[in-house]
Amino acid sequence: MTAPVFFGCAFIAFGPALALYLFTIATDPLRVIFLIAGAFFWLVSLLLSSVFWFLVRVITDNRDGPVQNYLLIFGVLLSVCIQELFRLAYYRLLKKASEGLKSINPEETAPSMRLLAYVSGLGFGIMSGVFSFVNTLSNALGPGTVGIHGDSPQFFLNSAFMTLVIIMLHVFWGIVFFDGCEKNKWYILLTVLLTHLLVSTQTLLSPHYEVNLVTAYIIMVLMGIWAFCVAGGSRRSLKLCLLCQDKDFLLYNQRSR
Amino acid sequence: MATARGGSGPDPGSRGLLLLSFSVVLAGLCGGNSVERKIYIPLNKTAPCVRLLNATHQIGCQSSISGDTGVIHVVEKEDDLKWVLTDGPNPPYMVLLEGKLFTRDIMEKLKGETSRIAGLAVTLAKPNSTSSFSPSVQCPNDGFGIYSNSYGPEFAHCKKTLWNELGNGLAYDDFSFPIFLLEDENETKVIKQCYQDHNLGQNGSAPSFPLCAMQLFSHMHAVISTATCMRRSFIQSTFSINPEIVCDPLSDYNVWSMLKPINTSGGLEPDVRVVVAATRLDSRSFFWNVAPGAESAVASFVTQLAAAEALHKAPDVTTLPRNVMFVFFQGETFDYIGSSRMVYDMENGKFPVRLENIDSFVELGQVALRTSLELWMHTDPMSQKNESVKNQVEDLLVTLEQSGADTPQVVLSRLVQSQALPPSSLQRFLRARNISGVVLADHSGSFHNRYYQSIYDTAENINVTYPESQSPEEDLNFVTDTAKALADVATVLARALYKLAGGTNFNNSIQADPQTVTRLLYGFLVRANNSWFQSILRHDLRSYLDDGPLQHYIAVSSPTNTTYVVQYALANLTGKVTNLTQEQCQDPSKVPNESKDLYEYSWVQGPWNSNKTERLPRCVRSTVRLARALSPAFELSQWSSTEYSTWAESRWKDIQARIFLIASKELEFITLIVGFSILVFSLIVTYCINAKADVLFVAPREPGAVSY
Repeated sequence: MTAPVFFGCAFIAFGPALALYLFTIATDPLRVIFLIAGAFFWLVSLLLSSVFWFLVRVITDNRDGPVQNYLLIFGVLLSVCIQELFRLAYYRLLKKASEGLKSINPEETAPSMRLLAYVSGLGFGIMSGVFSFVNTLSNALGPGTVGIHGDSPQFFLNSAFMTLVIIMLHVFWGIVFFDGCEKNKWYILLTVLLTHLLVSTQTLLSPHYEVNLVTAYIIMVLMGIWAFCVAGGSRRSLKLCLLCQDKDFLLYNQRSR
Repeated sequence: MATARGGSGPDPGSRGLLLLSFSVVLAGLCGGNSVERKIYIPLNKTAPCVRLLNATHQIGCQSSISGDTGVIHVVEKEDDLKWVLTDGPNPPYMVLLEGKLFTRDIMEKLKGETSRIAGLAVTLAKPNSTSSFSPSVQCPNDGFGIYSNSYGPEFAHCKKTLWNELGNGLAYDDFSFPIFLLEDENETKVIKQCYQDHNLGQNGSAPSFPLCAMQLFSHMHAVISTATCMRRSFIQSTFSINPEIVCDPLSDYNVWSMLKPINTSGGLEPDVRVVVAATRLDSRSFFWNVAPGAESAVASFVTQLAAAEALHKAPDVTTLPRNVMFVFFQGETFDYIGSSRMVYDMENGKFPVRLENIDSFVELGQVALRTSLELWMHTDPMSQKNESVKNQVEDLLVTLEQSGADTPQVVLSRLVQSQALPPSSLQRFLRARNISGVVLADHSGSFHNRYYQSIYDTAENINVTYPESQSPEEDLNFVTDTAKALADVATVLARALYKLAGGTNFNNSIQADPQTVTRLLYGFLVRANNSWFQSILRHDLRSYLDDGPLQHYIAVSSPTNTTYVVQYALANLTGKVTNLTQEQCQDPSKVPNESKDLYEYSWVQGPWNSNKTERLPRCVRSTVRLARALSPAFELSQWSSTEYSTWAESRWKDIQARIFLIASKELEFITLIVGFSILVFSLIVTYCINAKADVLFVAPREPGAVSY
């Protein structure tokens, strides 16, 4: 009976994403559509990476040993680049789409680019989280647990937390990335790409899950702060929010929803 | 649900999966990159105990539909059972039982505590560590021979002689948990290592999690009895487009041949007399498809093969007044499937030879374990109450004694007192017709075989051993003492058959070849994939030969390996190499002087040529044929028959065994609680942030648009 592990890990990995979806996405059909479109773009990037991976494997004749390892590293780098390329493509598409939406229906305000950034980031995150974790999750049903070859028995927990961090990172990357595009600041896009590469490749360097997790969470916190600032948050607004001083704020900043 | 079994790599390009797989690769784990390989070690060399059914009972074992899991406990001596049955804190347990402890007493104890037993994995006992082991019953095939409460009640149910005294009947018991045999020493070592690393608490205290566990899958589809399961299959196959058959009758083919070719398209004339030489082909054990049967089957059919070869070499066989029929009955272990079918076919005119044609019947029982020179001649006391049959039997015994007279190594002896026939095919013929018959065996009373129908009835049991440091090819031609002894028996049998067929001139020139016997023994008991077996088989059958011994379980898919090999061995030993081409061999009807009614033609691989570059295939013409050995009970749809064998084998989806670690309940619930807390926490936080998004995220340029 390892259903507890299954549900525990599922909640850890997808709990925050579920909460975000329920409260911020599901309320508006348009956002659901953009979320699914984002997830679809991530899937297409996966397809493209797979095609490259397949070709490379065929060319190198499925050799084992160190070649295999280099191939994997190459695969990771390539896949990350393709994902970020597709994020850019999705941005371009949204840009065109929002202009189109405006021309069709001028009375209604189209969703802002920052909102779309968040929605698409969550779409990317959910899809990549699902793809990376579902296989593991199905094995969590048991009856066995990892460790007969001497691995850490916390494998499932680690994987769940890793998935969680990747989903959240995708959200933050999405926000920061779209902001960079809006402002035409290419160094922001480069930073996103580099942190993505860093998170992906640092798992290659160490077999210790703890180190991986800690690094990934530090990067997530940093990216989170950045995304928070990009989205319009500041220390002052945070303070106001935490101290529940938003009443007087409302006086000169009309609630629009 | 996605499974990662056997994937050649992670989902290409999926970075998340790559992350996981990298961790695995870098951790240096057995080259595996799927999560499943991190968790499970499959056990590949195992044999399960499966469910068989007859008219009234189900026997064997089964697991639940999703497999039975238990914490492994190694039981090396009887005291270790206490932990499993009463003391251990983590039931249910999967017992790793030493082969020598696989006894009735211990199995009874385990059966009584099924709530604490998840299953059983039995290791092979080291040679000679068990003095005797027979999972068969003490009175094999009781109720399906001639003796019953109405006919010869003093002999029924082995009242006078308990044939298999050592039988503990385990193989005819029903177990509610799975039992597997571990055939590979290395896998057993891996399991024991896992047990020692994880399941041994300090100073006898309870061990701490994670614990090493084993899961056994052997879910059986059929239940209760053959009548029930055949009815269910029948209903399914009548009404369903995709019938789910739940059991199949045990069936295969008998192998038979005639000394002089007969026309198989019609029956024999009533005045043709036939001497029948019979033996059995099959054996069984507690475990599915592990049936070495060295003494209980192989030695006797090898002897008969050698006798057939010797007899065919006699120069005047074609002029003998009587014909000789060699029969190898399949499925005799399971209430005489083969012989009952042949008798049924003979009675119904579906077999070229009729019961009336049978002149006399000589059967070989177990013959390899002669303690002295004596070979005992068993006869049936009931049929000899008829005066004429008594005289015929007397003549038969005299003929046999005479033909054994010139072979000092074998002394044919009569039993001192009248005694029932041992379990034998002759009993099925006697049920149908009073014929004169004799069963030759190495035992006068109960079996000499201490491992009757068990996994230990191997080459060692009949002393077939080879000097070390010999190549397989040298072993194949090395004449063992057992082979010499069996060749003597074959010589006596061949000469007896020659005399019974009316031959007189060349009696002493008939001599069985010890070389043939030793090659056959080596092929059937040690290594089927040898050069000689390869050369006598058809090209498409060569994959039937493994590097190990052949197993002689009758099974449901037919013909089995044994049947084929015996068929081709007999064809090559008794047949004639013709110079037909491959096309002519496959369809000889156009060739003058060749007839498919008289002969059977087989295109065999042949031996290697002199410089071992290619084989020299050839066409062998013989009288060897197969005859269906499916119990008449299934032919007649009498699934509750007490007259005919009703044994059926249940079907199953998955037979599998694997070991892994299981985590403690505490860790599992901690995971669940952590997950739940994270879910609740993120719900609350998201709700709060979403509610105060306007405060939190000031959007100076686009007021009101950002809403998170």
